[in-house]
Amino acid sequence: MNKKLLLIILLISIPLKSFAVIEVDITRGNLSPLPIAISSLASSDDDKKNLKKELDIKDLGLEISEIVENNLKKSGLFNPLDKEAFLQKPDIAHLKPRFEDWALIKAQALITGKVNLQDNKLRVEFRLWDVLAGKEMLALAFTTVPKNWRRVGHIISDKVYERLTGEKGYFDTRIIYVAEEGPKTQRVKKLAIMDQDGFSTKYLTLGNELVLTPRFNPTNQMVTYLSYFKNLPRVYLLDIETGKQDVVGDFPGMTFAPRFSPDGKKIIMSFAMDGNSDIYTMDLENRIVERITNHPSIDTSPSYSPDGKHIAFNSDRSGYQQIYVMKSNGANVKRISFGNGIYGTPVWSPRGDLIAFTKLHKGKFYIGVMRINGKGERLLTENYYQEAPSWSPNGRVLIFYRETKTNSKGEGFSAKLWSIDLTGYNERLVETETDASDPSWSSLLSN
Amino acid sequence: MNLRKIYKNIFLIMFLSFVLSACATQTAKKVDSQIQGDVYTGTDTVEYLADGVPDRVFFATNESVLTTASRETLRKQAAWLRKSPEVTVVLEGHADERGTREYNLALGERRANSAKDYLMTYGISSSRISVISYGKERPVDPGSNPLAWSKNRRSVTVKAN
Repeated sequence: MNKKLLLIILLISIPLKSFAVIEVDITRGNLSPLPIAISSLASSDDDKKNLKKELDIKDLGLEISEIVENNLKKSGLFNPLDKEAFLQKPDIAHLKPRFEDWALIKAQALITGKVNLQDNKLRVEFRLWDVLAGKEMLALAFTTVPKNWRRVGHIISDKVYERLTGEKGYFDTRIIYVAEEGPKTQRVKKLAIMDQDGFSTKYLTLGNELVLTPRFNPTNQMVTYLSYFKNLPRVYLLDIETGKQDVVGDFPGMTFAPRFSPDGKKIIMSFAMDGNSDIYTMDLENRIVERITNHPSIDTSPSYSPDGKHIAFNSDRSGYQQIYVMKSNGANVKRISFGNGIYGTPVWSPRGDLIAFTKLHKGKFYIGVMRINGKGERLLTENYYQEAPSWSPNGRVLIFYRETKTNSKGEGFSAKLWSIDLTGYNERLVETETDASDPSWSSLLSN
Repeated sequence: MNLRKIYKNIFLIMFLSFVLSACATQTAKKVDSQIQGDVYTGTDTVEYLADGVPDRVFFATNESVLTTASRETLRKQAAWLRKSPEVTVVLEGHADERGTREYNLALGERRANSAKDYLMTYGISSSRISVISYGKERPVDPGSNPLAWSKNRRSVTVKAN
């Protein structure tokens, strides 16, 4: 009797399931990425002419759709289908997709759209469709200045990602990093900023002095970093828009390892004096300096929790580098890393529940994560040398840099940016114009 | 006949392995003689501030403790500095590539300061000595091996004027 009932329920629920709204699970390594058709954004012939005049791009709708395609593919969660196989034209598909045509090429989701110029602004609309259910899942229209056209592709990617995974995306973001050139013994380093997908690279310093460890403030307008300007290694503040640079505080020695507090009002950093490094903060408004740690060991790489109440840092007070957590006023210092090896560069995840770190054990470097009490350590990737993880704003991806081992003649050195999902899957080289290190991921530029 | 051939081969193998192992121990010895207790003791990269006054001292991994040889070098530097009162110096502290960037900056600073402290105990005024750390940013040897790393873990005394 009961068995029969169960069977009936199953029979009913199976066909129902195929009509359920599609969703993508991002909590584990995705072995079967969702097949998605990303149609070119449609423009009338007149619109195409206008867009070509404005931006000197032959088919803007196609280019934008390719940005979306590239983003979704690299997330590892989607499998964008080959446009060659599409049966329906972009403009007609955007009005009313013939779902059977899209189902035929095995698409489960479909993105369509339209782009034109209106009063010198780029007007974009797009729709996300559930092919199997034959339903619209999302429709959005917005306008922006034409030169922002690449960001249009990133914003569409974020909206689609959010609708299908239930979590915010990370595509309309930038990476600030150190661009590197020249021999290993005399590297020339410049601050550089690029879109998350490696496009629109701009260099913010000329390479006359060594620069290291740039980090964004929460609004992405300011960057704090270490510069050897006039051979005095100090923490600096740079306004990205104006290019204005200021030294942070008036310290009689090296300041380094800077980061912003989550509200952007303070900079936390190390100050080294007489062979001892401790952690300090400086309030950017009233310039008041506070000492947070006071210990004869090296205390460095501080990182705030997202609520600003705690600080993770790295210290060798036990003999070797380990990770510690304390209250933001320096009280209650607690060691949290107890595994084999040495631990550095703790970075609190934007969700607040994990700390990413670098670990050195038996001659190998690892990027890993642990819970904020130090439990549940998971190593995501192992290599000859890699360090300095930085979180995507949704806390799903880490970017870091990796250096290669040189041969016996000291040749073959390179430094590159890599990314990996929190799941430990989807490890990818992040393409940069030059060698690169010390990446820092911005928050979402829109919303 | 067959047996003879085998004997001959065995002899050849033994001879070859003897030669090869001799080679191996020789290169190992060469490295050994340049690193003692994880500290570089060679002279490959060393420059001289004056006749018989080496410009740098070396450290063990993660350490800033001065070895006997380092102290001897620094005493020579102190004697030279006492004889040349107009000279000021910068102590440049460095680390090898096997550590995180930020920690290495602190470690370089700690190393340069341990050299500075020693110079001061031999009568050199702190006003004549400034300190800068380069962390792992300026290796002298680009190699990725223990010998290269040992050369890079250093504090170098540089004339500033």
